[in-house]
Amino acid sequence: MEHETVTSLAFSDVVASRLGGETVTLCYQCGTCASSCPVAKITERFNPREVIKLSLLGEKQEVISGDAIWLCCSCYNCQERCPQKVEIADVIYALRNIALNEGYIPNIYSEFASSLLNDGRIVGISKFVENKRPTLGLPPLQPTGVDALRKILFATGFDKLQKQEETS
Amino acid sequence: MTSYALFLGCTIPARQPNYELSARKSLSKLGIELVDLANMTCCAPPPVQSIDLETSLAVAAYNICLAEEADLNIITLCSGCFESLAMTNAMLKADEKLKVRINRILSQAGKEFLGNKEVKHFLQVLTDDVGLKRLKQSVSKPLSNIKVAAFYGCHALRPSELLKLDDPERPAILENLIETLGAKSVEYKNKLKCCGGLLRGISDDLALNLAREKLVNTTKAGADCIATLCPFCFVALDLGQLQIRSKFKEEFNMPVLHYSELLSLALGIGPKELALEAHKVKTDKIISKII
Repeated sequence: MEHETVTSLAFSDVVASRLGGETVTLCYQCGTCASSCPVAKITERFNPREVIKLSLLGEKQEVISGDAIWLCCSCYNCQERCPQKVEIADVIYALRNIALNEGYIPNIYSEFASSLLNDGRIVGISKFVENKRPTLGLPPLQPTGVDALRKILFATGFDKLQKQEETS
Repeated sequence: MTSYALFLGCTIPARQPNYELSARKSLSKLGIELVDLANMTCCAPPPVQSIDLETSLAVAAYNICLAEEADLNIITLCSGCFESLAMTNAMLKADEKLKVRINRILSQAGKEFLGNKEVKHFLQVLTDDVGLKRLKQSVSKPLSNIKVAAFYGCHALRPSELLKLDDPERPAILENLIETLGAKSVEYKNKLKCCGGLLRGISDDLALNLAREKLVNTTKAGADCIATLCPFCFVALDLGQLQIRSKFKEEFNMPVLHYSELLSLALGIGPKELALEAHKVKTDKIISKII
């Protein structure tokens, strides 16, 4: 990873130094995000304003080890409406990236990661489905550029994230 | 003839021949040629962005490079693919430093992102390249008997600053396309709210709760069907109805059709050619209303 977590920095600075996290410190806690959030409307387990607040307060462990950051549905409503132009959905991606780097990852994301490395797709296509294509009148599937993709994943360290998950 | 590189993604070829067939057949009838390029991969959608944003930008950019090499703009059918590719395209075109950073990674795979191509959603190709006027003239079976609830989902519209498909709070592109086919587009409560698709597998309860709200509101509005643009929204609302039935003992029987399927039917393509059996909620009733 290009961004190792630097413990000497305040957590908000760590978040702000990552792709997606740049705008986190602009938040003034107005709550427009929380009132625009479809998930916050139906559960107390996720509230975007809280996630940002805890990040700004330096509550790193609570943020990255909790399940809240994984309950964002990535609808971008909050981001569209934020008067401070905090890119909230992207900040949550940055927080997930940090969490994952430190070994916190929901199972389904592990599956996505290994599918991507092995097949070049996050949803596999079975031979049965592939063989059925001509009978439906669909053209054959083109080969996936999995070799080129792996070179990219090695260059960004994605494969190391994968190994870390497997041993954790 | 206008040609596009078709970015098919993963979910559509894996599970939704109904989407792929209807999109291919309708576009071909409207004079849009689709080119299937070799070596495309996953688009790097939100699950990959969640794992590592830098990787997701590099993977999306790699796929755009393939279209650049073939000198073609990209068309996507899936809103997840649209979001990741169009967002990456816009970000790298606007930010030279980011482009250099991603190109350093791409050089390992012998690629360089130039930024000279467009990424378009299926809907944009219909409005920009075919145009509503010509589309209307091509309709041979107007859908005059049916009321359709337009469902945008999230990633065709947002983040709007980068995607620029339509106004994120008051979009009209899909409603206009529905009415062009002769159908009535019906309004319903919380139309622009998420289907919950990305929470499936993370928290199925929350995901089904969000999908259920769509079904309640579109039923109340008297819709004959919901029109979707994205395979994830389709799964959330179509397969989702079976899960809602077993979990909440509630039955909606609301057909969910991709806009491309409605379009194909209106263009006179027979329902037998469209693999409608891929739908979990039966489409017979709505098909009989159309034909």
